[in-house]
Amino acid sequence: MVEALFPNGLAHYLAGGLLIGAGVALIFVLTGAVSGMSSVFSSTWSYVSSWPFFQQPQFAGTRTWRLVLAAGLIAGALLWWFLLGPVGGVQTAVSWWQLLLGGFLVGFGARLSNGCTSGHGICGLASLQLPSALAVLTFLATAIVVANVVLALGGR
Amino acid sequence: MKPVSLLAVLAGGALFGFGLALSTMISPEVVLSFLRLRDFGLLLVLGGAASVTFVAYRFAPRVLSKPLFEAQFGKHPSELNRETILGAAIFGAGWGLCGVCPGPAIAGLGAGNWPLLIALVGIAVGAYVQGRFFGRASTPASAE
Repeated sequence: MVEALFPNGLAHYLAGGLLIGAGVALIFVLTGAVSGMSSVFSSTWSYVSSWPFFQQPQFAGTRTWRLVLAAGLIAGALLWWFLLGPVGGVQTAVSWWQLLLGGFLVGFGARLSNGCTSGHGICGLASLQLPSALAVLTFLATAIVVANVVLALGGR
Repeated sequence: MKPVSLLAVLAGGALFGFGLALSTMISPEVVLSFLRLRDFGLLLVLGGAASVTFVAYRFAPRVLSKPLFEAQFGKHPSELNRETILGAAIFGAGWGLCGVCPGPAIAGLGAGNWPLLIALVGIAVGAYVQGRFFGRASTPASAE
């Protein structure tokens, strides 16, 4: 049963999830900041675009620490690569058009929804917010449908 | 934020990124195998992360009057409206197409997953189009 549901084991998933939670918790306890990841893609535009939407305090006023958070994510994954990762690094074989078009929809949708897998999924669920729970169920549903349609059509 | 707070964000972000890499979420293939119902590990990652975060969000404001380095605790501002649900549906469609979401798109670069740069460009352009053409300046303060 366990092997059917988790053919690659459980421990690394659980340990990784707990570490992610520890990072989000540490940031909250020390600084009060809520660490959803999609906002950095709006806040960073405030450096180059004078469009009023991007200049709102919630973006222009948080852009520094959001970029630092992104740098932390890269540094943490780099540390994992040196300590535990494969020598050549991790490489995806998902095709470029899927990454580009999928990425566009991810960026547009997450910002329209004001949250992604971390904003609604981790931070929203952890603060017991009903809208976030509905958002999570919605994106899980459309993602499962699309991923299986892509597979049926012969995509990766 | 004060410099010491930025250091805290960097350290917390490093834990976050290490966790994303350890849990193999930086491989879109693993995310896609979850979405194709072949490996349910992603639920353990999400559940583990949300559980620890729940404890911090729930109890830190009761034990501490304010965060150690800053003036107040933030909140994730969810609103139940059309944008939240429609945006989530579009986000899910993209996630199901590429297996990449914002955190792993960024963290993956640290583990040498260079093709994720393509997804990162897509996400950045998508966020720009949303803000420039569909963004309402009246949206509630985003702490997310």
